[in-house]
Amino acid sequence: MAQIKLDKVRKTFGKVVAVRDIELLIEDREFLVLLGPSGCGKTTTLRCIAGLERVDSGRVYIGERDVTDLPPAKRGIAMVFQSYAVFPHMTVAKNIAFGLRMQHVPKEQIKKAVQEVAELLQIEELLDRYPAQLSGGQRQRVAVARAIVMKPEVLLMDEPLSNLDALLRLQMRAELKRLHKEIKATTVYVTHDQVEALSLGERIAVMKDGEIVQHDTPLRVYDEPANVFVGGFIGTPPMNFLRAQVQLGQDGAMLNVGDFQLEPPGELEALLRERADQEVIVGVRAENIEVELEPTPEGVRSQVLVVEPLGAQQLLTVQVGEDVLKVATRADVAIEPGQAIWLKFSPEKIRLFDEQTGDALQPEPGRDGS
Amino acid sequence: MSMRRLWGKLLLYGVVAAISLWVLVPLVLIGLASFTPREEIYRWPKPFLPSRFSTETMSFFLGAHGVLPSTLNSIWVALLTIGFTLAIGAPAGYALARFVFRGREAFRLGILITKMFPIPLLAIPLIVTFIKWGIYDTLLGVAFIHTAMALPFAVLITTSIFVGVPRDLEESAMTLGCSRLGAFLRVVLPLALPGLAAAAMFTFVVSWNEVFAAAILTLSNRTLPAQILTSLEVSPVYFKFAGGFFMILPALIFMFFMRRYLLQMWGVAAER
Amino acid sequence: MNPLRRLLGTDTLLPYWLLLPSVAYLVVFFVLPLSQAFLLAFRTDDGQLTLKFFERMVNDAKFKDALKYTFLLTVIVVPIQLATALVIALLVNTGFRGSRLFLYLCAIPLGISDLAAGLVWYSIFTGRGYLNSVLYSLGIIDKPFHFLSYENIPWMFGAIVAAEHWRATAIVLVILIAGLQMISKDYLEAAEVLGAGRLKKLWYVVLPLLKPSLQAALIIRTIFAFEVFAVVIALAGDLIPVLASESYWWYALYRNLHVAAAYGVLLMALSITVTWGYLRFLRTREEVRGLA
Repeated sequence: MAQIKLDKVRKTFGKVVAVRDIELLIEDREFLVLLGPSGCGKTTTLRCIAGLERVDSGRVYIGERDVTDLPPAKRGIAMVFQSYAVFPHMTVAKNIAFGLRMQHVPKEQIKKAVQEVAELLQIEELLDRYPAQLSGGQRQRVAVARAIVMKPEVLLMDEPLSNLDALLRLQMRAELKRLHKEIKATTVYVTHDQVEALSLGERIAVMKDGEIVQHDTPLRVYDEPANVFVGGFIGTPPMNFLRAQVQLGQDGAMLNVGDFQLEPPGELEALLRERADQEVIVGVRAENIEVELEPTPEGVRSQVLVVEPLGAQQLLTVQVGEDVLKVATRADVAIEPGQAIWLKFSPEKIRLFDEQTGDALQPEPGRDGS
Repeated sequence: MSMRRLWGKLLLYGVVAAISLWVLVPLVLIGLASFTPREEIYRWPKPFLPSRFSTETMSFFLGAHGVLPSTLNSIWVALLTIGFTLAIGAPAGYALARFVFRGREAFRLGILITKMFPIPLLAIPLIVTFIKWGIYDTLLGVAFIHTAMALPFAVLITTSIFVGVPRDLEESAMTLGCSRLGAFLRVVLPLALPGLAAAAMFTFVVSWNEVFAAAILTLSNRTLPAQILTSLEVSPVYFKFAGGFFMILPALIFMFFMRRYLLQMWGVAAER
Repeated sequence: MNPLRRLLGTDTLLPYWLLLPSVAYLVVFFVLPLSQAFLLAFRTDDGQLTLKFFERMVNDAKFKDALKYTFLLTVIVVPIQLATALVIALLVNTGFRGSRLFLYLCAIPLGISDLAAGLVWYSIFTGRGYLNSVLYSLGIIDKPFHFLSYENIPWMFGAIVAAEHWRATAIVLVILIAGLQMISKDYLEAAEVLGAGRLKKLWYVVLPLLKPSLQAALIIRTIFAFEVFAVVIALAGDLIPVLASESYWWYALYRNLHVAAAYGVLLMALSITVTWGYLRFLRTREEVRGLA
């Protein structure tokens, strides 16, 4: 059982608070991604779990054990570093065997385990080579092999793919997903790449300034961001944000955005009635805006500024009144810059955020945040 | 190639050649002088190349009173110095390379300040201290002061050596089951070894060359430089030639082996 | 966790333990001798504070000469070495064919002791040495010219200048090379794109960014120059006194530790003054130091 629990963990470096009293529960065998921009504290959090950083306050639990005062060697973890940290003065085989040697596993067993894991990662022919003779991708596999040969309860990965080129990264992503099923370890994966996070994670913990702002499944983080930051950080392109004023009419609450009006999601009616004439932030994703080439009554007129063909879609930058939006649409429709198009917004696809805190407005009245 | 560029290149190589000769020629000369047969040493005018190469001069020098024992003494002192310096300095270098702690800058500053202490200021009082401790006129005493002189350099050099070993290699070893010490011995040390070897050779050269303290702190157990210095007034010319060459020899050999680390070390050691 | 383990193993205390031997050693072998030197220089054997050793030092016939020659040597040699080292460093930096080899060559004197350097140049300047032989074969002289005799003190001094220049330029060189290497090529390329020719680049970009290294090199070289010792003795015996050699003779010959220590204190004072002077008058701005 390798559940990981962080209980009000805090880590400061001098005056900078890197990890701010975070509480996190990671289920046994879960693949959790710590996602956030640089400096948000994700790597520090990982290192606190590893034992490479001593927490200033709070406790760390792995399984049922309180490991807060234990060195990394005694925590039952294995780690893959961003730079791979493959020992240059040892062969690949010796690298992989290192951890097992530290545990005084008998030589025969070591040999077998090394061979097995090398085959799993398809690096059997490289066993007698030295790291200097390997490519970056190969070294990365060695680093992963070295970690999983330990059959750890907890596998920690610090941006393991960030130094690979785009194609290799894609390949390795799929491989890591496959490996996770095989090795059955609780995995904590740090990245700043939200695409990686969405693809790999069973759950994602989005971090900002040392705190976890949302901890949810990838789908929910994408569709129901807890605040403006998450909405803007996740998704390519980021969520569109507009300022709107709540107007109460006979048909219910409406959102005034510049010259046009949007119909808000039905479940937030009650909440909006309490915010009459106040400002809210409207968030809508590029692919959730429908494009009509002919004028329609429910549509909002907009002018196309830039057309970016992206292969499977086109990404349009359009101007609506004073706002500029990104809209994604099919690739087989011919659209020119300068052209006028009409945008349709459906209420279920709109998200509303508090104008001051940036937190998402939730259906239950009086409660904010995720 | 334009005339201008040609002149430029000529000038460049000309200057390079001139400076190279300036450095090399004296070395070659003393080498030649040391292998000139005895009769020709006093010959004048001196031809550049001796009529025959002979080891007479060198063997006379080596056989002269006190030379061989003092050479042995120099070697002993240098070895002791290396041992002390690395044993004391390498941990400090590691601490400076890996940890951020209060007092770090103060320590660094302290190291730099030691450069302002002139050797006479250190050596003279130590006469009194060493007599009190009973190590005046011993090799140990000289090794102690040589260690003191080499220590600041050693700390700076080992710091840069350990900085050159990436921290995550150690951390990786620790996640694989090593204690901090284990990680140091199994991962850091093997990778730092070439640098440490260079640091050791550097220390050897410093100790081998040191004159003032060695001359002051020894009477009968002289090191080679001390021996040569104290006999300068009475020593014949051949002694001076051969002595000079003999003193240069180990340094030349070590410099050859260390050349890759040369700039890194001396540059680091001498910089603020 | 057992308490000893806790004390030694914690990451907060470990660096201090690792540093302890060095700190202790440096205190014993720097701070103690420093205070001892002051005691020797300012206190008689029965414990009375006195200035009489300093008076003895200053009134000694050789003191003025020692001071003069030490200063003269420093003032003459250091600038020439700085210029030579700068030229070598800049040449090497152009990366011409064989520049690596050239650099190693110029660095050889680093491993040569000042005594050996003195002897090397002795073989050149001595009566039956190489220089005389060359001059004779060129027909400039018809009998040996005694560069190193008491009749030709200026020539003797010149020999010392040559030897010191030969020996110690490398010390300045490595500092400058390290400094040069740290100057990012981007600055030079930017200057070139903006139209700066070679000399302008040198004057407006390289030298200013090299200032911290120049400062460091000057400080170190000058401090070492004040301590010049064995080169002088090898070439001039006791005909040209310098501060360090006087310190040596006062002990080795006259067995007077007090005056010898006084010389040591004087040398220290000079080193400190010079360092302070350089730091003050060659102030480099922090931004440059951070960039270069």
